[in-house]
Amino acid sequence: MKRALPLYALGAYLFLHLPLAILAIFSVNASRFTIWEGFSLKWYRAMFADRDLLESAANSLLIAVAATILATIIGTLAAYALWKKASPWLAGSLYLSLVTPEIVTGISLLAFFQWIFRYLHLRLGMHTVILAHVSFSIAYVVLVVIARLRSFDPALEEAALDLGETEFGAFYRVTLPYLAPAIAAAAMLAFTVSIDDYVITSLVAGVDSRTLPMVIYAMARRGVNPVLNAVSTVVVAGLGALILISERLRRTA
Amino acid sequence: MDAVLELANVSKAFATHKAVDDVSFAIPRGAFFSLLGPSGCGKTTTLRLVAGFEAPTVGEIRLNGERIDLLPPYQRNVNTVFQSYALFPHLTVQGNVEFGLRNKSKDANPAADKVRRVLEQLELSGKEARKPSELSGGEKQRVALARALVLSPEVLLLDEPLSALDPQLRQQVRAELRDLQKKTGVTFLFVTHDQEEALSLSDTLAVMRAGRVEQMGAPQELYRKPRTKFVAAFLGDINWISGVGVRPEAIRITRGAEPGSKMAVVSATSFLGPSAHVTTTIEDGTRVTVQVPSSDGPYAAQETVYLSWSATDELRDLK
Ligand SMILES: Nc1ncnc2c1ncn2[C@@H]1O[C@H](COP(=O)(O)OP(=O)(O)OP(=O)(O)O)[C@@H](O)[C@H]1O
Ligand SMILES: [Mg+2]
Repeated sequence: MKRALPLYALGAYLFLHLPLAILAIFSVNASRFTIWEGFSLKWYRAMFADRDLLESAANSLLIAVAATILATIIGTLAAYALWKKASPWLAGSLYLSLVTPEIVTGISLLAFFQWIFRYLHLRLGMHTVILAHVSFSIAYVVLVVIARLRSFDPALEEAALDLGETEFGAFYRVTLPYLAPAIAAAAMLAFTVSIDDYVITSLVAGVDSRTLPMVIYAMARRGVNPVLNAVSTVVVAGLGALILISERLRRTA
Repeated sequence: MDAVLELANVSKAFATHKAVDDVSFAIPRGAFFSLLGPSGCGKTTTLRLVAGFEAPTVGEIRLNGERIDLLPPYQRNVNTVFQSYALFPHLTVQGNVEFGLRNKSKDANPAADKVRRVLEQLELSGKEARKPSELSGGEKQRVALARALVLSPEVLLLDEPLSALDPQLRQQVRAELRDLQKKTGVTFLFVTHDQEEALSLSDTLAVMRAGRVEQMGAPQELYRKPRTKFVAAFLGDINWISGVGVRPEAIRITRGAEPGSKMAVVSATSFLGPSAHVTTTIEDGTRVTVQVPSSDGPYAAQETVYLSWSATDELRDLK
């Protein structure tokens, strides 16, 4: 048993990470095909030469940063309100938003935007993508933050009021510092779900707002292209670094 | 009388029932005033009304003669020591104690002086940089006291501040609390369900029952002249013999009959350290507990003894 457990863990990790490792290896392969022909950075050079990829990556980053900031603020305040008012109905509706199939969310958002556009002279674009991302990220933020609030002693806020703080001051000086690690984790989660969303984004994006997943998907459909290995490796490395940083932050907090 | 805090006919009704029911009292400046009563009788609710976490349904609360019951907690010059202490976990001892000063004065230096003095007074010097998670129960309690006292409140509200401590420490901290109150001169409104604590600490004591104040007065007065059976029984052990109350320590036990004594049969003896309780049964079947010095006796089970007490120790006409 004692020997079997580490082996089991190793197996599980291999299953999880082996495909990514192979992806990384082939991203520096000189050949187009899955036969090792020597080390080369040519796919990375090709990647940096591709205007479509660069533009969509910039779009994705902009969308993810904007959506993360908005969703984190809105979601944190919503979690706080839910915790104060302890409404089981509102909390339950959050789970509904998590289990709704993405395609349904996408179609409903599209229908919603088209209905709005009847009255406002707007079109699909960056703003609709950002709004869509905010909308599906909020539930994640709320769930992460509310989990931390469950272990928060309400007497701490009362103590702050007792010591002369206003309600806002009590939230800002006592509750917020307590929630900070959870808020950071929630923001990370919002950022990652935003960066990798394809289904909803492709439905509500306009001509000027193609994101990285959309461009990658289009390239992949045109046939094997090792540039995609390079792009994917960069994305995984970037998100991995973010997770490391947030873990570090969480531990020092 | 110079009352610092007054409650006038204060009631607090929650959805289902009245937690505080027509409570009135006035606390003289500098007094140690206790609310004593069983669990659920409304002690914490009364304290929360004074602190401003609840609003009274009826009645007025006055601090130095001015109504405060409509003010938010942060505009009332009273401070609370919470039952769970509620220390801010992300701040150090220093940060916790300074917390309230930030809102009081813009001037940094006198504040720093004040913090240092209070930390010294509560023997917390040298522990300024610790987080609450790195403190013992007794130290946490002293930080909670320091954090409130540094603001020089008109009244300090304490909700069972000793209940989270282990019994040995509780004795010691009880004495320290009394000293601290005398030294600082701050008015204490102290809540407890422990009669020994209330009797030993208070200048004045109000016994609560089901949201009402049943009786109020000095500890000796309440103990010796309770007006109701509830107060008599809550403040200490008592025997009910033919409708009259007699405390165990007022009864004398002898092996021979004396004029006016009652014959009784011993059923058990329990040793309490300095004293012992002898449980007996008198002729009409009533159980009577007698307190004796533990050097007395021993009294064997089934032994026949005689009980007597002076008429002045009888508690009569209790409701
Ligand atoms: N927010 C509330 N809503 C409804 N009922 C409440 C609320 N707070 C307290 N009560 C009820 O009011 C009564 C008095 O409660 P309170 O906490 O004041 O009692 P207590 O004397 O402090 O008891 P304990 O010694 O157990 O702390 C209890 O029956 C309690 O259930
Ligand atoms: Mg209580």
